[in-house]
Amino acid sequence: MRPLTEAETQTLFAKLANYTGNSLKNLIAPLDNSPKGDRYVFRIQNSRCYYVRLSLANLAVSVSRDKLLSLGTCLGKFTKTGKFRLHITALPILADNARYKLWVKANGEMPFLYGSHVVKAQVGRWSEDCPEHQGVVVYSMNDTPLGFGVTARSTQEARRLDPTGITCFRQADCGEYLRDEDSLFATTN
Amino acid sequence: MGVGRRMKKQGPPEPLDEAHFTNLKRKAGMSVAESRAESQQYTNSKKRRTNGGAEGKGKKNSAGATSTKGKFTNSLPSQKSAPKKSKKPELIPLPMSDEEMEDEDSDEADLMGDEFDDLSGEEEDGGLGDDFLESGSEVYDSDEDQRAKPMFSEDEDELDAEEKLTAANIAGLTRKLDEQMAEEAADAQAELEEAALQTNIAGDRPHILDDDSEDGDGIKSKALLAPDLQLRRNRINDTVRVLDDFSNLAEEGRSRAEYTAQLIKDICAYYGYSEYLAEKLFNLFPPKEAFAFFEANETPRPVVIRTNTLRTHRRDLAQALINRGVTLEPVGKWSKIGLQIFESAVPLGATPEYLAGHYILQAASSFLPVMALAPQEHERVLDMAAAPGGKTTHIAALMKNTGCIFANDSNKSRAKGLIGNIHRLGAKNTIVCNYDAREFPKVIGGFDRVLLDAPCSGTGVIAKDPSVKTNKTEKDFLMLPHLQKQLLLAAIDSVDHASKTGGYIVYSTCSVTVEENEQVVQYALSKRPNVKLVETGLVFGKEGFTAYMGKTFDKSLKMTRRYYPHAYNVDGFFVSKFKKFGPSPKGSAASNGVSKEADDELDFDKRPVPETEEEEKADAFGGWDEEEDAEYMERARRAMLKKKGINPKANVGDMSKKMNGKDRKQSKDT
Repeated sequence: MRPLTEAETQTLFAKLANYTGNSLKNLIAPLDNSPKGDRYVFRIQNSRCYYVRLSLANLAVSVSRDKLLSLGTCLGKFTKTGKFRLHITALPILADNARYKLWVKANGEMPFLYGSHVVKAQVGRWSEDCPEHQGVVVYSMNDTPLGFGVTARSTQEARRLDPTGITCFRQADCGEYLRDEDSLFATTN
Repeated sequence: MGVGRRMKKQGPPEPLDEAHFTNLKRKAGMSVAESRAESQQYTNSKKRRTNGGAEGKGKKNSAGATSTKGKFTNSLPSQKSAPKKSKKPELIPLPMSDEEMEDEDSDEADLMGDEFDDLSGEEEDGGLGDDFLESGSEVYDSDEDQRAKPMFSEDEDELDAEEKLTAANIAGLTRKLDEQMAEEAADAQAELEEAALQTNIAGDRPHILDDDSEDGDGIKSKALLAPDLQLRRNRINDTVRVLDDFSNLAEEGRSRAEYTAQLIKDICAYYGYSEYLAEKLFNLFPPKEAFAFFEANETPRPVVIRTNTLRTHRRDLAQALINRGVTLEPVGKWSKIGLQIFESAVPLGATPEYLAGHYILQAASSFLPVMALAPQEHERVLDMAAAPGGKTTHIAALMKNTGCIFANDSNKSRAKGLIGNIHRLGAKNTIVCNYDAREFPKVIGGFDRVLLDAPCSGTGVIAKDPSVKTNKTEKDFLMLPHLQKQLLLAAIDSVDHASKTGGYIVYSTCSVTVEENEQVVQYALSKRPNVKLVETGLVFGKEGFTAYMGKTFDKSLKMTRRYYPHAYNVDGFFVSKFKKFGPSPKGSAASNGVSKEADDELDFDKRPVPETEEEEKADAFGGWDEEEDAEYMERARRAMLKKKGINPKANVGDMSKKMNGKDRKQSKDT
């Protein structure tokens, strides 16, 4: 377990900023104003990046590297080429700070959770002024976050789309907890 | 037309056809005189019907049914009905009269046809009444019939009587009523006597005894020949009854042990347990309860989900699930977050709510250890055997994601599910590691609370995993308690006794055997004098054993809680809660990691504790009288030497340290 290097931090923040926009700084702001206040930090363990309270990270140092499987919230993993890939486990953090949002209707919930992209007919409403290829968090109509993805069109273009046209490419959805449990938390690499 | 109406009014065609046929036959068999009499009866009945039209209709509809019913009842008891029956076939070969009659009545024929059906039904009703009367006089039938009879006759009598009723014959009527009442009273009396006869099971008891004697003698051949489950079940029932009231019901000359052995054998065969396990489980309960326990292990426990209070509220979740076609209700007053599922139109493990982490499928009994642990916010908690994470996430929810939870599981592949659940349910304060939990105070100690839901034989969850019935052997019941004892000591040593809010350890298993529960707790109490049992704070559950099969445990074991499937319809479970009030003894794992290995071995080898530790303990716990014990120690030492074949007297020179004491001892002896 170690803190991120400069390059890794940059990659990660660039990725996160795609979804959170300016509220990215909320992620690293101290939790309270006291001088010794707790704050959230990023830690790498086994090529996976965790978002965790500093106090928790300090406690976790007593666990040896090969025995530590997870701490706090897993955001995703760094690939061997140095890119960062967000996992579905990062959803709560993205949802709390999302810049652009998209709500799917009840008829779109299950298809999305089974891994398909969001087509226009299933969209209940979405943030206006959303550009193309922008990270969005997908919610159900009762504001439960279901996953995240990137927009296929900007909001303006999507208006002219036919109902079966894809508006949002899925990147991760909650169904992965069931589908990809083995690979999601694989500890072999 | 008549037929059409009949068809319309009488329900399903097949039975109707038969009834129709018999009716026709009957009509065909009737002589003119009879038919006339019938028609007269009919008019009477019509009058009656005007009194109670609805009743008549009802009868009409069920005409077919009643006729068949009539047959049944007629054929049943009395001889008087027999001639009546025989009469009809005799008269069958006279179809003409019927034809004529129908012609004559041409206009009303349709109606009459209907009414005749009716009538025949009614006639039979009348016949029924007769039968009942007769059988009633014989005092033969069951109570219900007897009760039905007087009501029938009364009704009819009354109807007739009302017409004739005048002021003049009131006296007569009252006399009649009196007579009726007297008759009824007599009937009731007879009934009572009969009932008394039946309840005073003079005939019943020997019957059972015979059964049992058969069991005793011919069982083996029987068991081999006829694996009749029903038979076996009956015998289990009988044996349980005998064991319950042994002095009264047992056959003379047979011991309780014989019955018990028989019962266990039957249980093995009927439910498919290994004999070893069946006996072990049977001994936990009185026979009747044991039977209920085995029965309950055959039925699944209700499906229960736990609301994830980090994400939602129970009411919202219930509403969302109801909208998806799930039938549910709160699991009980003892839990504010459990929902019991009765039926579900959708798979509960794949709803959007499930995937969004609003709930987790968790047995009701798994709530209990966490409720007993009662973690507080900002504490440091250890869950020693965490997978698959139901309890860990419950703890996180109770702590509102503050503080810190170490979720440990020794199995790496199970840890995947644990991490999945932790993330799905949104617990942010967990650290997942996969140590052997026995290493624990060495990894990190100073916890405020420790939950040890120990690996166990699973004798409480046989309903969930029936393989337990056969695959647990004596060895398992030696190995598992051994592991559990080690784990519990490690758990105790991991706790910070000086914690302001905590200092608690909860030990739980999903097993019901004493070896894995009370004995482990007892062991911990004797090995760690710095812990004591405290109330679990659970509102239900049975008290733990303080004595079992000749072993006596600490009084405080009353504060532990046992849960049985037959008693609470939850999985079999055991929960105990310790409070640590002093530091672990020096040399144990908590105080310094260096001497840990050696000390652990000592602990579990049950060799005498080294002298230094004894002295150390002595200060804290009531002192140690060397003088008094020297004699016993010496005697034990000599006995041991003798056993090894060494002459203790010849050996004296070796024991340089103990020399003095020993000499003194010897001189005392001589």
